Amino acid sequence: MSNDNVVMDEADTRLLKLTQDGIPFVHSPFAMISEELGMTEEEVVHRIEQLQKNGFIRRFGASIGHRAIGITANAMCTWNVPDERVEEVGAVMAGFTEVTHCYERPRYPDWPYNLFTMVHSYTRKDCEYVAQEISRATGITDYKLLYSVREFKKTGVRL
Amino acid sequence: MIQLDDIDKNILNLIQLDFPLDVHPFEKMSFQLGISEEELLERMDRLKEEGAVRRIGPVINTKRVGGISTLVALKAPGSKIDEIAELINQHQEVSHNYLRQADYNIWFTVSAANKERLEQIINDLQEETGCPLIDLPTKRLFKIGVKFDVK
Repeated sequence: MSNDNVVMDEADTRLLKLTQDGIPFVHSPFAMISEELGMTEEEVVHRIEQLQKNGFIRRFGASIGHRAIGITANAMCTWNVPDERVEEVGAVMAGFTEVTHCYERPRYPDWPYNLFTMVHSYTRKDCEYVAQEISRATGITDYKLLYSVREFKKTGVRL
Repeated sequence: MIQLDDIDKNILNLIQLDFPLDVHPFEKMSFQLGISEEELLERMDRLKEEGAVRRIGPVINTKRVGGISTLVALKAPGSKIDEIAELINQHQEVSHNYLRQADYNIWFTVSAANKERLEQIINDLQEETGCPLIDLPTKRLFKIGVKFDVK
């Protein structure tokens, strides 16, 4: 379990800054970083494991260019869910494998939708089908699919 | 769109959630995939070049490292979309920015070191763009596990 009392030290912060743009694809990808940080490659790897264990990073792995590989349909489904059902409905929505993100967010006078799910798939039809399935499973019928038509920017969250 | 063979697909499925944390991660992966490390590295370079892999690195948990983030939806007039998207992108704290088909047509995420800074950026953006916007911070998180199942 992650321990919320643990804080990152300076070396952790430097390690994240040195790796956040991606490690090189070579036999020893941590060699240069270990030199910069003055520690062994084993220590670098161990620190990454600890950062993950303590929740500072969600994972260490690849970000995929999903458009390049044909996963071009990307729908933000927004749902108007009665407040007292959010906990239950959110859990059901999160259970769908096609749903990559699921959040509750505030409503506004001209924005009644309080649950957000991201659905990524190969075609819009697939996304629509998933939304229909979610609607059937939860009984929520007031929803909107907002397709992304262009990507203006996508960088990971940076330190 | 790039052509992927079965080995490429296996690679893409493996490196998202199961990238081995090891001094020689690609060597370890190559054993799992049943190919040589050399071939794997060549394939990785190609996947990167063609945009299938953006990077291999840490996925930072903003909240846990002391930061704060939000989602903002903005109503931009059709004729000014490019100009406004560019104004938004210029802020380094904006990590994702998309055009979507809806009244609120520009959707972007902002991360900052603290609440004051985040509010400052949103105020600046409201002034710079002159467009109505709504701030949609996460109230409850049910799932965040982006993994693309490459078929």
